[in-house]
Amino acid sequence: MARETLLNIVLFLMLPVTAGIALLLDEPFIITLVTKAAILALAGVGLNIALGLGGLVSFGHAAFFGLGGYAMGILASHAQSYTPLMETPFLIEGTKSMLVIWGAALVTAALAALAIGALSLRTTGVYFIMITLAFGQMLYYFAISWPAYGGEDGLSIYIRNDFPGLNTLDPIQFFAIAFGVLAIALFGASRIAKAPFGLALFAARQNAERVETVGLTPFRLRLVAFVISGAVTGLAGALFADLNRFVSPTMFSWHTSGEIMVFVILGGVGRLFGPVAGAALFILLEHVLGGISDFWQVYLGILLLLVVLFARGGLIGTLAGREVAHD
Amino acid sequence: MSLLELKGITASYGPSQALFGVDLSLEAGEVCALMGRNGMGKSTTIKVICRMLKHSGGTVHFDGRDLGPLPSHKAAQAGLGLVPEGRRCFGPLSVYENLIAAMRPGPWDFERVCGLFPRLGERSDQVASSLSGGEQQMLAIGRALMTNPKLLLLDEATEGLAPVVRQEIWAAVATLKRDSGLALLVVDKSLAELRQIADRAVILERGRSVWSGAMTALDSTVADQYLGV
Repeated sequence: MARETLLNIVLFLMLPVTAGIALLLDEPFIITLVTKAAILALAGVGLNIALGLGGLVSFGHAAFFGLGGYAMGILASHAQSYTPLMETPFLIEGTKSMLVIWGAALVTAALAALAIGALSLRTTGVYFIMITLAFGQMLYYFAISWPAYGGEDGLSIYIRNDFPGLNTLDPIQFFAIAFGVLAIALFGASRIAKAPFGLALFAARQNAERVETVGLTPFRLRLVAFVISGAVTGLAGALFADLNRFVSPTMFSWHTSGEIMVFVILGGVGRLFGPVAGAALFILLEHVLGGISDFWQVYLGILLLLVVLFARGGLIGTLAGREVAHD
Repeated sequence: MSLLELKGITASYGPSQALFGVDLSLEAGEVCALMGRNGMGKSTTIKVICRMLKHSGGTVHFDGRDLGPLPSHKAAQAGLGLVPEGRRCFGPLSVYENLIAAMRPGPWDFERVCGLFPRLGERSDQVASSLSGGEQQMLAIGRALMTNPKLLLLDEATEGLAPVVRQEIWAAVATLKRDSGLALLVVDKSLAELRQIADRAVILERGRSVWSGAMTALDSTVADQYLGV
């Protein structure tokens, strides 16, 4: 068995094993931390499709994360206040159904990614980074100035949304939901990477002209990847908002975009389980170093510098070495 | 109507004109050799056909379509399969991944390509950048075949390869001609091999087509005058 496969299995099992041990030790806070790691890893899996496969350095993925969060917040707040979301031209009620909210988050984030991608993918390099950042910040300031949904203060949801057959207020059951979604996303991402679409996307990252000569359109490949990436990150946003029972404009901010990128870089850009390793390490550092110093992010910054300078494959690359096929 | 028809093609790289009037026609199932000394416009002509370079004058028709307004990916989708000069495989992808990334429905699939080049089957998990030059050339031809083209354009497919590997490539091209019925436009300097394979030849001299006809009609006088052999 390849070293990376073994490492992936260990990483995959690490989250439920930690949650299980925390359950046995009656430490619900640890379960919540592991759930947070799983959700942030999901956001990273989304970004990794665009960044790792397509080479798209998006600094605006907080836009999709926030849209997913607000899709949850808006639908749930209308359900809890028994007021319709809109009455004309047709009635839309709020909902507490997690599955419906996920659908809304996926569609909202995908449509936003389609619009943002259609414009920003016409540029490359630093211009692409700046345009995606600008879209994220536009949504951030829009959310701040939107008093109907809390404005700068954000929006609290008093009761976690419903999932058929599960008590979502029980930390371990909510973890099971988040972990299940992460597992599905990882499976989907692995299929995409091995499918002709993913291979062509990766090839377009290497040389767009060469890809065109075999009849493929780099722009279309990248746009599809960007939409899938945005939708997955949006779903993570909905789960994150449900975990905290709170949404705020911070979800849209460039800090959030930066953090999602940090998970991917720490774990390993383009590595399937890179975002899982990166998000888990981030949460661990936040918890452990945050208890020692308020300036724990200085240490995170040093770690990030070391990874970028000396371990380009991130944590997975350092532990498992170069990938057999596309690195 | 011919499968491929170029009439009076002119093209430039910025201010420097490279083609001054290229005429070329190719029928379905035919093998045409595009010949000429270095720098005479063979690769530029291939770039114009594949829409990697816009022509400034003349017309390019392929399979009844005017290729003029099309971008290169549309030209490829119309049925042009390019094996570019210098192979240009997707280095970090494996042999199998290189082939299926370019795949389009049709008679050519991974198994059939491996039937033509058994070495690709043996090395299907190996990354393209670690293959030998000859194997990369086989992969470049295989990748173009996986797009199921109507016309395969081979730009200097045997350049820089060891004689034994060149023979393998020529044998594969002969098999393609015999078994697939694919039209081939071959740019190469090996006159002896081209005589074995090509039905017709077009010779370029300083960006103009100066001779065209049946390969059997390309006698030593013509070869000496335009090809320097």
